[in-house]
Amino acid sequence: MEDVAIVGAGQSVFSRSCGVSIRELCFEAFKEAMEGLDITGEDIDASVICSAPEYDKQRSPSGLISEYLELTPKPTFYVETVCSSSSTGLRVAWSLIKAGLHKVVAVIGFQKMSELSSRDAAERMGRGGDIIWESPFGVTMPAGYAMYARAHMDKYGTTEEQLAKVRVKNSHYGATNPKATYRKELSLEEILNSEVITSPLKKFDCCANADGSSCIIVARGDVAKGVSAIPIWIIGLGAATDTMTMAGRESLTGLRCAQEAAKPAYEMAGIGPQDIDVAEVHDCFTVSEILAYEDLGFAKPGEGAGLIEEKQTYVDGKIPVNVDGGLLSKGHPIGATGGSQIRTIVRQLRGEAAEVQVKGAEIGLVHNIGGVGQYGNVTILRR
Amino acid sequence: MGFENFGTVSFTTEAKVADFITHLEAGRVMATRCRKCGVNYFPPKADCPKCLSSDVEWFEIKGKGKLASYTLVNYGPSGFEADAPYILALAEFGEGIQILARLSREIEEKDIKVGMSLVVSPVKLPDNRIAYEFRRV
Repeated sequence: MEDVAIVGAGQSVFSRSCGVSIRELCFEAFKEAMEGLDITGEDIDASVICSAPEYDKQRSPSGLISEYLELTPKPTFYVETVCSSSSTGLRVAWSLIKAGLHKVVAVIGFQKMSELSSRDAAERMGRGGDIIWESPFGVTMPAGYAMYARAHMDKYGTTEEQLAKVRVKNSHYGATNPKATYRKELSLEEILNSEVITSPLKKFDCCANADGSSCIIVARGDVAKGVSAIPIWIIGLGAATDTMTMAGRESLTGLRCAQEAAKPAYEMAGIGPQDIDVAEVHDCFTVSEILAYEDLGFAKPGEGAGLIEEKQTYVDGKIPVNVDGGLLSKGHPIGATGGSQIRTIVRQLRGEAAEVQVKGAEIGLVHNIGGVGQYGNVTILRR
Repeated sequence: MGFENFGTVSFTTEAKVADFITHLEAGRVMATRCRKCGVNYFPPKADCPKCLSSDVEWFEIKGKGKLASYTLVNYGPSGFEADAPYILALAEFGEGIQILARLSREIEEKDIKVGMSLVVSPVKLPDNRIAYEFRRV
């Protein structure tokens, strides 16, 4: 199955407010992805544009971004699975190439969350759940994950201190990531003493809204070998969903969409969790990273907190996770996030990750979740 | 009448299951059951995608539920600012029924325990609005 590869991966600096237009923001990621490749924009056969439309002022951004990047008249279209949109974009790009429709596809994710006033952003936050049955109660994204955290703590004895240790790690690595919104190390005390947003989650258990873009250039194998010194092969893809409503969830101690997405990804790659050298997981909240350890099989159910307690997810640990700082440090520009995670793994597998390089990393995994566990994408890459 | 007065802020009105509100006004929290294949639905569905029938019946959610999880929300979205802090909770009622609602303000956070028994009841809100909430048994 090793016949589709990533040849280029880029992202903009993520920040609270980028001060440029969405087309200019996308150029930053496109430039980094295309630099050093023996192809130009004219060789890109199609583009898949990924964002969460409720944050867009521009109606139908695909055409606009395609024009700015000089990709017309090649086909372009939009895909959305909220926070996992650009991983879904990669899945679509893979399919387009496997089907023989295209040879080179650009997956461009973006979000300019600062384009909305905080009032407008809060209004959209209120419509994130099922608008008939659950949003009228005042459901928020953090509240959804907080209920997972409470259930995990109750069933397995996971503590608020263990959640905070995820942020200690991610802030440590985020401090050295020049693309991250937050580049400051946080102490356990600072995290535990930050204000409670929605119990048991505190301010520093939560990632922040951000502006940013990402771009992944995907190519058919024969083309990839010709244009990139080190193509990174897409060897496993898995995707799944869970209910929109919290009422429909079978369990609150793990994300079913992640568990269900991991299975086909591992199966397609012909490997298991023990074979992963480095992973990027969707740490929109500290608890999300602990759930991911378990949902991906890095730890048994209920034992995820032990991994962070023993520092096994640090660079020199058993399974390094989010050593770019994660969403908690980088910030979370919804449509761009998956592409940023993929970029981090591509750099790790190419040996370009500088001070956070995992030695000899050959196989990497990306876990990217949309909504409160509504959409799950697991992608496995190999050098 | 539809869902226009449901909850603190309602976002849409029309639905085939709008009778839910009529029942709620009469003091009952209802779910639907497919008459053809017997599947229960909460949130209520007017249609059964399993057997493609739209012949569903209403039934009341009675009895005790068990608290599955909860969170005390300190910051509400637009329109909910005045409600905060409030406690969102998820409770299981058996037979495939699980419900998200707020905990009654009569229950203090220190008295909440995952697994505790609750009932679900209609609650009148200011400005002629209506919802349901969990109360202590």
